[in-house]
Amino acid sequence: MTLRAVIASLIGAGVLVFTITGVVAQSPTERAIDDADLKSGYDFQSEDTRALQDDDFANPGFLWVDKGAALFSEKAGKNDRACTTCHTDTVRSIKGAAARYPSVDEKTGQLINIEQRINLCRERHQQAEPLSYESEDLLAMTAYVAHQSRGQPFNAKTDGTAQSHFEAGRDYYYARKGQMNLACHHCHEWNWGQMLRGDRLSQGHGNGYPAYRFEWQTIGSLHRRLRNCDKGVRAEPLPFGAQEYVDLELYLAWRASRLTLETPSVRR
Amino acid sequence: MTVRLSVPQSAKRGDVIEIKTLISHQMESGFRRDAFGEVIPRDILKEFRCVYDGQTVFRAELFPAISANPFITFHTVATVSGELEFVWTDQNGVVTRETASIEVT
Repeated sequence: MTLRAVIASLIGAGVLVFTITGVVAQSPTERAIDDADLKSGYDFQSEDTRALQDDDFANPGFLWVDKGAALFSEKAGKNDRACTTCHTDTVRSIKGAAARYPSVDEKTGQLINIEQRINLCRERHQQAEPLSYESEDLLAMTAYVAHQSRGQPFNAKTDGTAQSHFEAGRDYYYARKGQMNLACHHCHEWNWGQMLRGDRLSQGHGNGYPAYRFEWQTIGSLHRRLRNCDKGVRAEPLPFGAQEYVDLELYLAWRASRLTLETPSVRR
Repeated sequence: MTVRLSVPQSAKRGDVIEIKTLISHQMESGFRRDAFGEVIPRDILKEFRCVYDGQTVFRAELFPAISANPFITFHTVATVSGELEFVWTDQNGVVTRETASIEVT
């Protein structure tokens, strides 16, 4: 069956389900892809792209990791403190921290991702202006922090205070949206490995972000990628840092949890 | 501008050494248009050179078709201990310099 036929049948099936039940089908609670079949986006790249990611010198994402490392030890804000004032290799180390995100901030009860954690630290501890989402500096710091967890599997908390966010993220994942009336799982669970025009559909894991994409000619956040997905199904993309995307990040972390972080990854 | 350099710390005289360079630059081609249909002005690096022992051992001209964050790798012969200077010049003459030293025995 061609992909066009698959999409047509998906849309047809959607209309059918909608008319029969009148409600959105309930989101599954178990992982749809077996652990043995889990594949990182890395596995869907060409040999050249994989080689570029594997080379810690040539991988252009490291330009941002390097910049982030410099920013991390640079003093900022009214308190004249750097990140390294609080975070050293032994005290409050950020090694492995990114693998536990998104995480619920105890003070506000909000689920936040790495970008938002960096900005919270800036506001609370450095009394500095938050960095705008997708700015070069925030991308660099996020890439640096996430890189400190490279090789570790996702380990974000999905129960307790995070549970409602996890469920909201899962519902977003399985909700049809846009003019194409497609949900995330139609591509990334039912059709991964198939061709979509010139691209091979991946399983849609976020374990390499922020990632250097050739398409962007720069590094970008996971939210930028999610916005592209929303545009791809002709849905209105949500703003950077939207709570729905952070909730979705948590769901994505859970469904990828056997995979290890690769930041900075290289994607087509 | 972030620069990454890979130069061997030491080499034997006469050895062919591999040098790798990476620089962050958007290399805006001047052919793209923004959301309002306006041309995004060209902003590119025009030249890269490597100077070793007072001599230019490698020089490259860069053009709009070269992708962002140019990665340039080349080989030269280790002759004397000292510094290698790497110079990137953009279209407005703004220069970015980095140096690396090598020990030749």
